[in-house]
Amino acid sequence: MTDIQVDIEALAKLARLEVSPEERARLEKEIPNILEFVKTIQAVSAQEAGEQKDSSGLRNVMRADENPHESGIYTDTLLEAAPAREGNRVAVKQVISRSKKS
Amino acid sequence: MNLETLTIREARRALDAKEYSALDLTNAYLERIAKKDREIHAYLEVWADSAREEAKAADAMIAQGKSMPLTGIPLAIKDNMLVEGRIVSAGSKILENYRASYDATVIKKLKDHRVVFLGRANMDEFAMGSSTENSAYGPTKNPLDLKRVPGGSSGGSAAAVAGNLALAALGSDTGGSIRQPAAHTGLVGLKPTYGAVSRSGLIAMGSSLDQIGPLAKTVDDARILYDAIRGYDEKDSTSLPDKVNDTIKTRPRVLGVPRAFLQKGVDADLLAVFEKTLESLKAKGYEIRDIDMPTLPYGLAVYYIIMPAEVSTNLARLDGIRYGLSVSANTIGDVYAKTRAQGFGPETRRRVLVGTFVLSSGYVDAYYRKARSVRSVIKNEFLRAFQNVDAVVLPTTPAPAFILGTKTSDPLAMYAEDIFAVPVNLAGVPAISVPSGEVVRDGVKLPVGFQIIGAWGREESLFTIGEDVERA
Repeated sequence: MTDIQVDIEALAKLARLEVSPEERARLEKEIPNILEFVKTIQAVSAQEAGEQKDSSGLRNVMRADENPHESGIYTDTLLEAAPAREGNRVAVKQVISRSKKS
Repeated sequence: MNLETLTIREARRALDAKEYSALDLTNAYLERIAKKDREIHAYLEVWADSAREEAKAADAMIAQGKSMPLTGIPLAIKDNMLVEGRIVSAGSKILENYRASYDATVIKKLKDHRVVFLGRANMDEFAMGSSTENSAYGPTKNPLDLKRVPGGSSGGSAAAVAGNLALAALGSDTGGSIRQPAAHTGLVGLKPTYGAVSRSGLIAMGSSLDQIGPLAKTVDDARILYDAIRGYDEKDSTSLPDKVNDTIKTRPRVLGVPRAFLQKGVDADLLAVFEKTLESLKAKGYEIRDIDMPTLPYGLAVYYIIMPAEVSTNLARLDGIRYGLSVSANTIGDVYAKTRAQGFGPETRRRVLVGTFVLSSGYVDAYYRKARSVRSVIKNEFLRAFQNVDAVVLPTTPAPAFILGTKTSDPLAMYAEDIFAVPVNLAGVPAISVPSGEVVRDGVKLPVGFQIIGAWGREESLFTIGEDVERA
């Protein structure tokens, strides 16, 4: 049991994931239980943890943006994997649309 | 040849001595797969035709006297490593028909050896699970007791080797996914140092945690496979430079046991088996020292914040646009949401949502950032420990292999399987699970894994101690 409440619908929207009503009912119990469990890390002394803030040495490592491969040599291979293709492009639904209401 | 007892080392000798050919060996495995895999379900796909061609190529290399350590050795590959032209699904419906457009670096290295790829091994979807029951293609059974799980997420790889359906296998380990199935099936499993093996071409789960490693019957075999796949790769920006000093071989002597961590949640008879292994190591001249690592018990909670956070970001690219499943809908937003709902299984959806929560504004400080700082505390506890001991030892799992279906309805019970495994990934250190002793459940003898954790880059000392455990 836990007092944590999670708005599964809002979360699902953020995650771009459709959730059925039955699944939502299940997740409304499961996710708070998981969060209740992981919250136990709050018990690790703030002082000790605070001192250690991000000293893990982990950071994002980026490759220099240089020496590109010859243009077009992978185009077909990659487009073959795409669900919809138009010429040398991945075809997608319209991204920006005019609202029909208002 | 006797597949039950065959090792990579022995197969290498026999192949080079021309006692049998790589094609004979491959056919023996393919026959056994045809007979046995219907009940075990270690493989999602068996590549019989290409395996025979690869075996012939290996035989040609052997005939020229140019064999390498793995030439002609039949392996199973976890279904999250890319083999060019082959389907790679990560155990998920969303990638059911996805074909790899290039070779993972580990695959390229194995191809240079002319290994034989028998097929792709079953796994929990996107490597999320501890039993292989989260595979979208049905669970794998433990060859030692078909009622039980083989562990996970590399359960297909483990079952293939333990069931003698492959001589060895590659798995990946984000929070125990090589070591726990190795423990549950009586194998050796190695999670190398973070950055020791390239992850180019591994389908990412938790990018600050994932490592590829071997599952094999002996420590010696695990080392042979590890040596073949390790090394710096410019295609993986987290891969470590090849060090000059990793050939230093001071013999490990002192083993640390974080006693307080073992006080609850471990099966009594399994703990007794662990103590017996410690006794036999003492008899071989090791000093066993109790050590204090008070933050280790928080590792599981830290892991179940950081991992889902990374999962939710890594899996964001699976949206029905560039590859994989695509469910048509009226708006692009609905294409994303419906594709992901249909393509991801329940555990994946759960972790994506938990990850989204711990990263969301208002919660990120209390969950994700706090978890990162506790992760640093755990890493520092390992740093301190390795000033005084050569390795830290723990059981690999708190209990032996469990019966299928007993933990699927309780995510937290399933997560607890990994309590002793996850601190290793959080710290980025290497660890090996070596079978040592047995416990009995329902009249069946089940193997117990002894876990040896080393300092960064000290895989060599894990092999040394591991071989002493094998001889115990």
